[in-house]
Amino acid sequence: MELWKQGAEAKIHKTDFYGKPCIVKERFSKSYRHPILDKSLTAQRVKSEIRAMLRCRMSGILTPTVYFVNMDSSCIYMEEMLDSVTVRDYIQSVQSSKTAVEAIETLTPLANTIGHTLGIMHKQNIVHGDLTTSNMLLQGDPSNNRLCLIDFGLSFFENLSEDKGVDLYVLERALISTHPNTEKLFNVILEAYCKSNDTGSKDVIAKLEEVRMRGRKRTMVG
Amino acid sequence: MVVAIGFEGSANKLGVGIVKDGVVLSNPRHTYITPPGQGFLPKNTAQHHREHALEVLQKALDEAKISPKDIDVVCYTKGPGMGAPLVSTAIVARTVAQLWGKPMIAVNHCIGHIEMGRLVTGAENPIVLYVSGGNTQVIAYSQRRYRIFGETIDIAVGNCLDRFARVLKLSNDPSPGYNIEQLAKKGNKFLELPYVVKGMDVSFSGLLSFIEEKAPQLLQKGEYTPEDLCFSLQETVFAMLIEITERAMAHCGSQEVLIVGGVGCNKRLQEMMETMAKERGAKLYATDERFCIDNGAMIAQAGWEMFRSGQTTPLKDTTCTQRFRTDEVDITWRS
Repeated sequence: MELWKQGAEAKIHKTDFYGKPCIVKERFSKSYRHPILDKSLTAQRVKSEIRAMLRCRMSGILTPTVYFVNMDSSCIYMEEMLDSVTVRDYIQSVQSSKTAVEAIETLTPLANTIGHTLGIMHKQNIVHGDLTTSNMLLQGDPSNNRLCLIDFGLSFFENLSEDKGVDLYVLERALISTHPNTEKLFNVILEAYCKSNDTGSKDVIAKLEEVRMRGRKRTMVG
Repeated sequence: MVVAIGFEGSANKLGVGIVKDGVVLSNPRHTYITPPGQGFLPKNTAQHHREHALEVLQKALDEAKISPKDIDVVCYTKGPGMGAPLVSTAIVARTVAQLWGKPMIAVNHCIGHIEMGRLVTGAENPIVLYVSGGNTQVIAYSQRRYRIFGETIDIAVGNCLDRFARVLKLSNDPSPGYNIEQLAKKGNKFLELPYVVKGMDVSFSGLLSFIEEKAPQLLQKGEYTPEDLCFSLQETVFAMLIEITERAMAHCGSQEVLIVGGVGCNKRLQEMMETMAKERGAKLYATDERFCIDNGAMIAQAGWEMFRSGQTTPLKDTTCTQRFRTDEVDITWRS
């Protein structure tokens, strides 16, 4: 197996699984953590990740197919998403090659797709837990908006609007801190989200507002 | 040559520091220490600052061996922090600025920590973990702002440690966190505590409620010692902090990490961060209690940067605010 990438908590190896291009996500032990804590977090995250990927696929959300799981070595064998870029890289390339106004215009359909996909996900009570633009891929020509969600290690199933609201809050913060001047895109994401998560979005958006106000040291009147 | 004096009093430390072109000439501090089991209240803290302001100021001038006429700019903490202590300290700054006829600069406390950390360690463009009694943030610089990538969504990590110290009735001298750190060194039985990470954000309030409720029973039954609980608490909250810092480093592709703020002088936190950084091939920058804990020099240093980039704060705007986010400040001195 060839080491392809090393993320914050997993090594990604490339290999093939009975002839299919496959990546192996190996959660390695973190030597800074207490061994008991480390073991429990790692096991919990491998389980959360495969469960959420499976559930997403059942709801029609594109995620890599899980081929095999080895709990002892904390490895998930999954489909390699060929010909894909992260949403992060794509937004950066659009923002650097176009004027601010044009960039927003180009990225609006993508924001729509993101919102739509997250709406479906939350409707199924899947909370991702770590929504960032690095954890979303675009397969094929980016302008086709074939969106694939990855990195479900912090995910869980929950019907509470609080957790869904925090999920969106995490995305908002990640989006705006990584890509300055994308506030408009987040609004597009929310609009599309409300359409696809038609039953619960009202409560979730109300919670999102509440969580935003919770942020420490935020300027507020009254 | 620019000489800046900084007044800091946003929490229970009163500090006055003098910085001359990146060299700290003096940095005395006086800390308001409360009895075990008690936190510091705004009114009493402000009174402490008023009582000690002139003595600390005199000490700063004496140690730096300069007279007020050599000072170019008077800097003070505008916020964030506790209202009454902030105002008491700002009044001193405003008074001396008018007596000496010097311009003033209002400084964001968090920016003070970051700039001091950069000055002392020489870190160029690090991911910053800012951890103290009132703040927990993971920060990265981009396009003239210190952007907050992750933060606590409820209480700060230092607040969580301090409040647990109150449960154990630990001494507040020199600080509750320091005493937890000493006890934790002797603990070894690990108690699993709620571990809450949401993306790059963390939450400590649930963990605190859990340990506050459980601790008395566990101690009474003799299942865990106070040392074990301090150890478990530190191991858990620090692991959460390292995890979000690492996630921010991976996200930004950064190879440098800087720890600032009062909790930043905890050796165990530094050790865990060092381990994480090493595994990523990154470099850790950390400072000691002189500069990690709130001090006047950090306000002087941030003010010095602002002053050199052409800013001053008109007297009528030298107010204080309890809420003042790190990402509200336009960073005019970095490219």
